[in-house]
Amino acid sequence: MLSVNNLQARIDDKEILRGISLDVPAGQVHAIMGPNGSGKSTLGYVLAGHEGYEVTGGSVSFGGADLLAMEPEERAAAGLFLAFQAPLELPGVNNANFLRTALNAVRRARGEAELDAVGFLRLARAESKRLHMPDDMLKRNVNVGFSGGEKKRNEVLQMAILRPKLAVLDETDSGLDIDALRIVADGVNALRSPEFSALVITHHQRLLDHLVPDRVHVLSQGRIVRSGGPELARELEANGYAGVVADAA
Amino acid sequence: MPAATETIDTVQSLTQSGYKWGFETDIEMDIAPKGLTADTVRMISAKKEEPEWLLEWRLAAFAAWEAMTEPNWAKVGYPKIDYQDIHYYAAPKRPAPKSLDEVDPELLAMYEKLGIPLKERAALAGVEGAGMEGVIGSGNPDIAIDAVFDSVSVATTFRDTLAKSGVIFCPISEAVREHPELVRKHLGSVVPVSDNYFAALNSAVFTDGSFVYIPKGVRCPMELSTYFRINAKNTGQFERTLIIADDGAQVSYLEGCTAPMRDENQLHAAVVELVAFDDAQIKYSTVQNWYPGDANGRGGIYNFVTKRAACRGARSKVSWTQVETGSAITWKYPSCVLQGEGSVGEFYSVAVTNNRQQADTGTKMIHIGKNTRSTIVSKGISAGRSDNTYRGLVRILPKASGARNHTQCDSLLIGDQCGAHTVPYIESRNPTAKVEHEATTSKIADDQLFYCRSRGLSEEDAVGLIVNGFCKEVLKELPMEFAVEAQKLLAVSLEGSVG
Repeated sequence: MLSVNNLQARIDDKEILRGISLDVPAGQVHAIMGPNGSGKSTLGYVLAGHEGYEVTGGSVSFGGADLLAMEPEERAAAGLFLAFQAPLELPGVNNANFLRTALNAVRRARGEAELDAVGFLRLARAESKRLHMPDDMLKRNVNVGFSGGEKKRNEVLQMAILRPKLAVLDETDSGLDIDALRIVADGVNALRSPEFSALVITHHQRLLDHLVPDRVHVLSQGRIVRSGGPELARELEANGYAGVVADAA
Repeated sequence: MPAATETIDTVQSLTQSGYKWGFETDIEMDIAPKGLTADTVRMISAKKEEPEWLLEWRLAAFAAWEAMTEPNWAKVGYPKIDYQDIHYYAAPKRPAPKSLDEVDPELLAMYEKLGIPLKERAALAGVEGAGMEGVIGSGNPDIAIDAVFDSVSVATTFRDTLAKSGVIFCPISEAVREHPELVRKHLGSVVPVSDNYFAALNSAVFTDGSFVYIPKGVRCPMELSTYFRINAKNTGQFERTLIIADDGAQVSYLEGCTAPMRDENQLHAAVVELVAFDDAQIKYSTVQNWYPGDANGRGGIYNFVTKRAACRGARSKVSWTQVETGSAITWKYPSCVLQGEGSVGEFYSVAVTNNRQQADTGTKMIHIGKNTRSTIVSKGISAGRSDNTYRGLVRILPKASGARNHTQCDSLLIGDQCGAHTVPYIESRNPTAKVEHEATTSKIADDQLFYCRSRGLSEEDAVGLIVNGFCKEVLKELPMEFAVEAQKLLAVSLEGSVG
């Protein structure tokens, strides 16, 4: 599904990604872990096409297509979704209207029929119920006045509605209490299928107890220094990053 | 259809055809020679077979105008206008139609292109004698239109239905003939002939416009609407609108404008006067999308408008709502003179400037009576290399005890080469008055756009969503049909403003 080959990127003059190679086959969930400043969020932004980052080398193939050649909205239409670590507020923009406009833009690009207001609301209400979100979150403005947890759940709601082929979750667990964490994990688990993959960026092993990954990669100073099965996350939790990163260095 | 879909459609149709409304209709015109003298004024008055008092009134305005100089305090710049190089009268050559059957089919076809819901098109196409009631049911409900094609009102619709309730809605030139006492009493009573340079010019040479009278206690049974369109080359358009709501009357009036593409700048100087008596309510909504010129501002309309309402009666209320997306230059301050005790004035405005457009717009709320209240909500959006100025005056006179005003001015910047300016004047001469002013300036952040794009929205859609969100408070004041048109216009006028 996703194949990253020697990806290098910088912001301004600062090298952040120094050659990342990674394969996420369809149907798999991979976790990216690593200390602060290791380049985890940058990887998410670069995959989604943030213009603040300059790709200086390497390639990314997404479902066989050249991801780096696409505009951010084309990546979304192709089935990529980034759940933001700090979701943006859009004052005055109604959440339901935003989601429906986004969904229909994506459906149009995929050659599918657009959903009318009634059909969309039915879908959105069902999904938000599953995520234990109050109905009024659909009526409020996008992320405006949302608590940290509500913002994260809103990201998962967007994901559930847009039905991506690959979701990149950037520290979606940060700032969540244990109940909210479980809801978010359940939201992602519900999407798991042979056609859905996820790249879960996280600091803690906690999320991975609920969202069990197929592979875990440890990122340090812009490189993947170790990869392994789910047990690697538990090892990190027990010994800290220092041991793993030092081993690699 | 979601706004975004419409945005795409509209943007596509625009990029394919340039300014969508930039076509010219080939109708024979009757044009006065260029230039402005007392004789031009006499000629216009004679062409319109006006009574002597109106000619005198025009000549007084002309004398006042000659003695005045063009104002230069607004934050707009433009080459000097040669007032002697303009035609002051242009009318279709045929005589005014007696019935809709006589309306030039080309004109009706043009309205169709513009998407004007002129119900008579259906009536004309249908069986003769088909009642208006039947037509109202189809398509857009309950809007009466007085269509202004250049200078002569060509077709006024729904007059029978309106006449039943005693409402008068007709071209002002007709009102001069049919209701001279009403016109004579109120014309110039809100905006005197010597009020300002452009109002004086308008008073001297106005050729047509709309007249509305709502009798005592009558709630106008439908929205009244006028579409303005400037068509003849080098013709200044000088519309004159007068709306009177008698005691307890209510009316909602819509004004919309499109103009065809031009090479030379066109002057437009309209005057709108509203009079509201005891407990009367007038809601006046405008969507203005005149040609703004090309990317360098060439060919755009100069729009110098004087709009003012007199809230004469106790508890009367006037509400101005405007969405200004067009014109190269907008100079416009719809105002309320709050004379009646407990009278209310409202001003809701969205002004969008892109490329080289310049807008200097706002309002004046003059509190004279006790317990008068006013609300001002202004949303300015600047993009490209444009300049957008809010200029407002809130004046509380000594007798206006308990007067209240709340003003909110928000500016949204797109890009880093545009300007937003807020110039509020507040004068309070009564210690019991409460005046509040809030202002914000924000910018569409790149990260907001990225967030939207990562969800599949194009940059244009994202800007459209954010801008419509920014303007929501004002757009919700518009009647439904207008709100949809306004959303489209916002997106279209900001096309190409990012990236």
